[in-house]
Amino acid sequence: MTEHFKMDAPATDRRLDDMAQGLVGAPLDRPEGPLKVSGTATYANEWQVDGMVHGVMVRAPTNSGRIVLSNRDEVANLPGVLSVIQDERLLRNPAQGTANQAPVQGAQHAAYVGQLIAVVVAESFEQARHAAQSLQVVLENGELMPVDPVTAAVEAQEDQALDQGDLEGAITGAAHSVDVTYTTPSHSSSPMEPHASIASWDGDDLTLRGSYQMLKYNRNELADALGVHPDRVRIISPYVGGGFGSKLGLAPEAVAAAIAAKELGRPVSVALQRQQVYEATMRRSETSQRVRLAADAEGRLNGLGHDARVSNLPGETFAEPVLQASHFLYAGENRQMSMELARLHRLCAGSVRAPGEAVGVTVLENAMDELAHEAGIDPVELRLRNIPEKDPESGKEFSSRRFRDALESGARAFGWSKRPGVMERREGEWLIGYGMASAARINVLMDSQARVALQPDGRARVETDMTDIGTGTYAILGQIAGEMLGLPRDRIDVVLGDTDLPPAAGSGGSWGATSSGTSVYVACQAIRRQLAERLEVEEQDLLLKDGRVTYANQTKALGDVLQGDEIVKLGYVQPGDTSEAVRQATFGAYFAEVAVHAASGETRVRRMHGSFAAGRILNAKTARSQCIGGMTFGIGMALTEELAFDPRDGHVANHNLAEYHIPVNADVPQLTVELLEERDDWASPLQAKGIGELGICGAAAAITNGIFNATGVRVRDYPATLDKVITGM
Amino acid sequence: MQTNLMINGTQQQLELDPRTTLLDALRHHLGLTGTKKGCDHGQCGACTVMVNGRRINSCLTLACMHDEDEVTTIEGIGQPDNLSALQKAFVSEDGFQCGYCTPGQICSATAMLEEVKNGWPSHVTDDLDGQADLSTEEISERMSGNLCRCSAYPNIVEAIRKAAGEGA
Ligand code: FES
Ligand code: FES
Repeated sequence: MTEHFKMDAPATDRRLDDMAQGLVGAPLDRPEGPLKVSGTATYANEWQVDGMVHGVMVRAPTNSGRIVLSNRDEVANLPGVLSVIQDERLLRNPAQGTANQAPVQGAQHAAYVGQLIAVVVAESFEQARHAAQSLQVVLENGELMPVDPVTAAVEAQEDQALDQGDLEGAITGAAHSVDVTYTTPSHSSSPMEPHASIASWDGDDLTLRGSYQMLKYNRNELADALGVHPDRVRIISPYVGGGFGSKLGLAPEAVAAAIAAKELGRPVSVALQRQQVYEATMRRSETSQRVRLAADAEGRLNGLGHDARVSNLPGETFAEPVLQASHFLYAGENRQMSMELARLHRLCAGSVRAPGEAVGVTVLENAMDELAHEAGIDPVELRLRNIPEKDPESGKEFSSRRFRDALESGARAFGWSKRPGVMERREGEWLIGYGMASAARINVLMDSQARVALQPDGRARVETDMTDIGTGTYAILGQIAGEMLGLPRDRIDVVLGDTDLPPAAGSGGSWGATSSGTSVYVACQAIRRQLAERLEVEEQDLLLKDGRVTYANQTKALGDVLQGDEIVKLGYVQPGDTSEAVRQATFGAYFAEVAVHAASGETRVRRMHGSFAAGRILNAKTARSQCIGGMTFGIGMALTEELAFDPRDGHVANHNLAEYHIPVNADVPQLTVELLEERDDWASPLQAKGIGELGICGAAAAITNGIFNATGVRVRDYPATLDKVITGM
Repeated sequence: MQTNLMINGTQQQLELDPRTTLLDALRHHLGLTGTKKGCDHGQCGACTVMVNGRRINSCLTLACMHDEDEVTTIEGIGQPDNLSALQKAFVSEDGFQCGYCTPGQICSATAMLEEVKNGWPSHVTDDLDGQADLSTEEISERMSGNLCRCSAYPNIVEAIRKAAGEGA
């Protein structure tokens, strides 16, 4: 039986606060932890499927022209080789998140270097790898296509343009103003598990064991790519070795595996090589951002401008939504914003952790730091003075927003008051600086379903095709169910990652926990109502705890109430009026202490703190880990991460983990995180908001602002590598 | 070609393509998928196992080079109902998120603690002949060959310190 819930009004009843089990919010260990630490959790390319053979994909060596596999027959005859497949259904690039249909397909023409244009299948992995490397790919009638975002043709994104008041006039009349342009390079999600799929067909039914974040969409994308009905496709993905956006949409290896398995009548595994992950999955677009700020003598903003240029492949509509949080984070009545999308032939641009805010808030926060310096106002104080009462563009109220508290509490926790003046503190060869930045990320609720079964033995089972990509889904869904049904955590089984289960929102956009958590909550509410009916009391008068039901001054074991019956409910949540009625977002503040080497310009992050407000925290341990993860992405963005493109053909010059520098253990100090207690009635009946991306939304600016405090150098071209820092010193 | 490996205390006789890496021998031929492939090029540490007690990247070495060697993988360190002190500490300190780098981290840390015990210095050790401690700096430095994109690093450091304190 389906229980529908549409989020049309604020959930002021805060039912979770009435519950007695004490699970929601508690810093519980991940229930799947013992499997992960013992290597027994099964990731995509680890299923032992009978008769399985191996496919290795082949890349295009240039960015245009008709593809010819010149020694195809020779390769097909190599030992162990079963097939060389160049099929029109192969994906040109991965699907965007929530696309729900196949992206551009075709293996006859190359659009970017590294495009995966064929798959070679052999009995063993070694044979397939050798054969794939032996395949000669020749491009006919190709001419190099544009790859430079500065000179490529651009399309204005009219729907993102804003012109409110008179920004030029505000700047002319301002006591303090800044007009700065920053650039950020392309980034790679770089999950530790490369994309991989095992496809097996049973007649016309396809089972794909893959590594994906959003299964209900991925299933439709795969079915569309193959030209089969979605009912024929099942995707299984119980463990995902990191995603960070790169596994939102269906990727080329899944389609290749499915086509090969069908052709050969055998299960086929295709895992991308690390280099292929860099060359042919998704990148975050590079950005060029101009920020203009106009303020009065006290630093109160009366003008804010943000203009951005991003890029993507022809045929892709995704444009990194850089301006997303600039619309509401700060006050200022005169506002102007614009966005341009350059068309070029680098690998596809798509979602990388916190698309938009990750780079947009970062640059805005650099500009705010420049304004603070220019106006001689403490950077925290400048932010506090510019928190708008209402959304500065729509005039809507904010839902819960402990932004001010995050700034103040974070500053206290970090010891911000001891901030040195610019270039004031030196310890031996190291120049020490403090920097801070605000954090902001939009909050979204999505369609999601889950089935909850309360079993006669007093256990409960939660089932949904939701994924856990490290985000803590297994933990929090069990906590919500246990809280609502009055069961200890170890009496709840959570089953995820299978499209045979009710379709969920998927992991992405920070909406996974709230959306899937709400579907579990809705199902549990329906179960509670049914229990109450049986006992002829109101649902509100039931107290469920430790497998016992207390009502009307008596207590019974749950089993006695169920009397051998199972109660099963499907919870189905849909976003509603509250999405539009108010401005919903999460907020926070970062503080960093950096040391910059006086002779080399090398920057080390010595300390970093984040204070965050994201509604009700569902599990304090996993939420903290998500924040730590986001802040670490910020460290990478600030100091080392950059996809380097060859200026001639746009190939990724650093397509591996040795040259695309994600932070290592020694780059990351013992980060501290404060989670502010909050309830957001507008966001969901859980009063929770998303937290998976908030940790990166501005984090890099805290570090680069710290570099300025230490050295007086503004690096406006990310990352702030030592060559750029030392040049300014 | 035939290769004999002692894996987690069990003798295994394998008939392998000589191009097979130790990592692929474990994953494809023995079903020991606890050892992960993150890069296949010695850049990430996800494939870390112990060979004759020392940690190595199993993707960077061919299985046939290890005839008669003793290999310890994550499966040999502990099982879900019989976890080592380090594995338990990784769970309680949340020293992972997605879990993909985790077996490598744990194999690496298990061997690393022995290295410290035996007085091996690291890049950040002041006294090359003295005893190394388990400061944050030392642990971070010694664990920097194991990448974690989920960035559980601070929790990994805490987990290792906790387990070491309990005499892992
Ligand atoms: S897989 Fe061996 S180091 Fe990455
Ligand atoms: S736990 Fe995901 S990469 Fe380390």
